[in-house]
Amino acid sequence: MRPWLTQLMTTPAVVVASRISCLPLLPPDTSIGLRAYLRTRPPRRIRQKGAVVEVINSSFGGRRGSSDSRVPPGQTLVDDWPVLSTGPTRNVDESRWSFSITTEDKVAHRWNWNKLHQVGVEDIVTDIHCVTHWSKLDMAWRGVPIDRLFEDVETSYDYVMVRSYGGYTTNLPLEDLLDGQAWVATEAEGEPLRPEHGGPARLLVPHLYFWKSAKWVRGMEMMPSDDPGFWEQNGYHLRGDPWREERYW
Amino acid sequence: MITSNRVRWHLGRVISRQFETGSAVRLELAVPTWPGNDAGAHLDIRLTAPGGYQASRSYSLASSGESTRVVLVVQELPGGEVSPFLVRQLAEGEEVEVQGPLGRFFVWIPAEPEQSPVQLIAGGSGVVPLFSMASARERELKGAEFRLLYSVRSPRDEFFADELAELSRTVVEIVYTRESAPGAGRPPGRLTREALAASTFPASLSPRIFVCGPTSFVEAVAGWLVELGHDPTQIRTERFGGSR
Repeated sequence: MRPWLTQLMTTPAVVVASRISCLPLLPPDTSIGLRAYLRTRPPRRIRQKGAVVEVINSSFGGRRGSSDSRVPPGQTLVDDWPVLSTGPTRNVDESRWSFSITTEDKVAHRWNWNKLHQVGVEDIVTDIHCVTHWSKLDMAWRGVPIDRLFEDVETSYDYVMVRSYGGYTTNLPLEDLLDGQAWVATEAEGEPLRPEHGGPARLLVPHLYFWKSAKWVRGMEMMPSDDPGFWEQNGYHLRGDPWREERYW
Repeated sequence: MITSNRVRWHLGRVISRQFETGSAVRLELAVPTWPGNDAGAHLDIRLTAPGGYQASRSYSLASSGESTRVVLVVQELPGGEVSPFLVRQLAEGEEVEVQGPLGRFFVWIPAEPEQSPVQLIAGGSGVVPLFSMASARERELKGAEFRLLYSVRSPRDEFFADELAELSRTVVEIVYTRESAPGAGRPPGRLTREALAASTFPASLSPRIFVCGPTSFVEAVAGWLVELGHDPTQIRTERFGGSR
């Protein structure tokens, strides 16, 4: 066993506070790359600017049966599908729904419900991760790839503000939306998306915390810089990678 | 306003623990590095088992202001992983890691210039952040009118019973859904749209509304409020029912 790990495991249930930098115990073998290392190292130390703090709750057992390598740190598996929204559920009728992408030249590319489906839907099976500490694995979704919607869009901007019916916004870099990473989703678990889950259509960006997957989505606006959206202005991380626990700032 | 503080990890020590109801505990934590928090804010608690296994959950704070003591009331969820430990096992003097303060949207700021009335609507343990707002209002001489509508199963399940009875700046109305207090004028029963309309500020006063509770409760209440003519953008919701 590596000495640094042994030291951690033999540390009694007391606090160890240190002023050394946030990654002081990097093992000698760093050939796997820093990012991979960060994902695999034991989840015991709390990284914090200027300090490493530890506490062990000796009588806490926990439900280890639910551990799964697909579950990011700080997350717990759920069987149901919790609902989280900032306000009342929006009821947007499919006949009234449309989705647009607007560029810096004020050119708007627009799809109504039928046109969106004509672009071509895909089946997706993916895990989702909510910043409120739950994850759901192997969810079946159906939606239109964002790649297809951007096929005719000319823009030199790298960032997107996503807008929803009801006023919700969230920001994303284009590189998190393209290359098979994001969809406008209209079905989940074999059924049309219910209003409380963002139906008739929501964004689906499953590799980021789920507040990025805006419910009741109605459009995207290209931006020259990564301006914060709704939750990002309210204390949540600008990007939101669950594997790096980019929850808050 | 306390919202300018960055979120970070802190160490909290349990100063006191008391049963709030038969299945909920009131925990007071001393968090020496806590920067204070707005009324309605929450924190994350992270527990680490001896083998390194960790579990994190979010809990609303019943306390607010610039104190390094924070108070939370945790309802035990049957079959839950973290709440039974907090309710039954976490001992006085024991330490836990907490991250926060969290939440800048579902909060009430006493110094706000906005003076339209504030309607708080709680279902079950969703009363915790709303109690925090009513307590913050209590500390102010002047400010918006406050009302709290609290839907709870029975008097035995009520949180903050003594404190709610003493509030002088918030009008409190409690709806018991399963079992009423002895001598109560109203038989127990679930909240209805009509009862909601009768017990809350009307839409004509443009109240700001905070709703917190289980998903089914929040969905029903928020839907009724919109039907009753309230502006959806004035309705802020917080739901629980996620990780157990």
